[in-house]
Amino acid sequence: MSERIREKLQILADAAKYDVSCSSSGSNRKNHNKGLGDTGNGICHTYTEDGRCVSLLKILLTNFCIYDCAYCVTRKSNDIQRTAFTVQEVVDLTINFYRRNYIEGLFLSSGIFKNADYTMERLVRVAKKLRTEHKFNGYIHLKSIPGASDELMHEAGLYADRLSVNIEIPTEQGLKLLAPDKDRKDMIQPMNYLKEEIIQNREEKKLFKKAPLFAPAGQSTQMIIGASRETDKDIMFTANSFYRNFNLKRVYYSGYVPISNDSRLPGLSSAVPTIRENRLYQTDWLLRFYGFKVQEIVNNDHPNLDLDIDPKLGWALRNLHEFPLDINKADLHLILRVPGIGLQSAHKIVEARRFQRLNWEHLKKIGVALNRARYFITCNSSQFERKNYSESQIKQFILASSQSKHLKSITPQLSLF
Amino acid sequence: MVNLTYDGSWYGFLSAVFEVYEKKFSLVSILKEAFYLPEAFAGRYEVATNKLKAERVWNGLLKHLPVSSCKNIYCCYLSEIPGIENTLLKFIQLAFSTKEAEKAFANPAVLKVSQVAKMVHRERHRMEAFVRFKLTKDNIYFAEIEPDFNVLPLVTEHFRKRYADQKWLIYDLRRKYGIYYNLESVEEITFASTEDWNTKGESSVFEESEELYQSLWKDYFQHVNIQERKNTKLHLRHVPKRYWKYLVEKGV
Ligand code: SF4
Repeated sequence: MSERIREKLQILADAAKYDVSCSSSGSNRKNHNKGLGDTGNGICHTYTEDGRCVSLLKILLTNFCIYDCAYCVTRKSNDIQRTAFTVQEVVDLTINFYRRNYIEGLFLSSGIFKNADYTMERLVRVAKKLRTEHKFNGYIHLKSIPGASDELMHEAGLYADRLSVNIEIPTEQGLKLLAPDKDRKDMIQPMNYLKEEIIQNREEKKLFKKAPLFAPAGQSTQMIIGASRETDKDIMFTANSFYRNFNLKRVYYSGYVPISNDSRLPGLSSAVPTIRENRLYQTDWLLRFYGFKVQEIVNNDHPNLDLDIDPKLGWALRNLHEFPLDINKADLHLILRVPGIGLQSAHKIVEARRFQRLNWEHLKKIGVALNRARYFITCNSSQFERKNYSESQIKQFILASSQSKHLKSITPQLSLF
Repeated sequence: MVNLTYDGSWYGFLSAVFEVYEKKFSLVSILKEAFYLPEAFAGRYEVATNKLKAERVWNGLLKHLPVSSCKNIYCCYLSEIPGIENTLLKFIQLAFSTKEAEKAFANPAVLKVSQVAKMVHRERHRMEAFVRFKLTKDNIYFAEIEPDFNVLPLVTEHFRKRYADQKWLIYDLRRKYGIYYNLESVEEITFASTEDWNTKGESSVFEESEELYQSLWKDYFQHVNIQERKNTKLHLRHVPKRYWKYLVEKGV
């Protein structure tokens, strides 16, 4: 018995690992019923050897699948061992891992078995059992299966904290090529349905406190990077439209890990594009927290992000006419645009300068990366660093001062700017 | 120069701050009794811990600082870093004399308090993440920890809220005390000796299914990893080696 469950877990965790989402935040389910668990900011309970956060038990219900998406290990034509959990097995694993403080909750996805509804119904059953029979208030993320009925989607939203449909391939042509039997419309449709439901639920919540929770942590999606020759502009414009049109909480970018010798895809020996992936996350942050518009970062003149410098620095170098900024006077939204100054430092600067005019030493202590920032700002010091250097000179200086940094692969959780 | 020694407790520290104001000490150093060494040119003043005086200081702080900054003072105290009391005293004196002192990040004491508090918070988050409960035969979920700072008081609420329907016990081996939740409330406990746990061996203390779940967790940890993306440096940054001892998934 225990050997069988171990084998299943190994296979179905293996198959689920390519989904990079691991967030367990954004929900606020309280433990009112003296039950098990709660949700909050989300805790990373451990990190894998590739440096990624482990916060959820992330597994497939089954790796049987009727589809044949070229970029996926679970595809029908792939010769691998297939297996499936029972609903009860997933429930037991979740509860027992949770009680030992291994995880924040469950992220359940699945290959498509028989049809969309049949699969979705089982995912929903797991969530329902956890919530109703076990009084489980931990985090539940369910994959919404494209093509599942609205009723099932609705039920899923009642038990899950987050729902997601992975768009996987950023462009429509790419999807046609790699997953000919899939239709982008089927993926968009549930996003749209859930968006409407979530908005409606938030309205009801305002009127009646007792209205049931509906997917309180919202929706997310994932795109695979580097499988279909798309540009960074394609990716970021798609991401931007998801944020705007479907109120998505997060878009994840997952560097393609070669899993097939299919000629439509990068070969088995190609490297995972981790630096590119990191640049995309940085761009995503610039859009969501730093007040940048997508076309400022990628456009027809610059369809791809620089790999050797971060996108904020790239933007600043192309827009030297906006600098230098006086750090003791400039508005917060402009300070946020300075390379080397992160969100926290920007806020600290605005607070601290009310007490005294800031000099280089202060900025350094506050946490500003001066090796980048100093070419773009002035402060309370006669020592001007910026002597009308050209774009390429500044770039050279900065690269020289942070030599090894851009060669390493960095993941999104790390120091972004 | 006067050395103010206190008993090491939180109220003791606040009482010391009270004395600084009442006795109008100007050149002082506050330190725990246990760390006191007589010095040739400094006097000693022994602070008696006094709940009322301590509360007056605390209430004063709450009036002059936002709650988050008051919490930071408490966190710095829990850091047990030698000399932190004097940084705190400077910060408190600034708070009582200047408006919005907590935002004067260019002041060394203000910056230090925010940095140390950050370190303590990080340790607290690590403990919320890295505690690994094992189910004992008496149905208690039991975990041992050795945090860098004294963070048990900071994690109590988190575990009480989350694991409301199971008995649990988290024991700080370095500071030799633990917190135990008995399904009603959380109490502080100390073991007469910890030998029991170590000599009896896992199988006699822990529930039968415990081993299976540990194996399953290890399996899971191995199989969510993507070999092609291996990044040991990053892994070590997030899970420093000193914590491995108590992490089931890193264990042998
Ligand atoms: S439908 Fe999903 S699981 Fe099935 S092959 Fe396509 S991506 Fe993989």
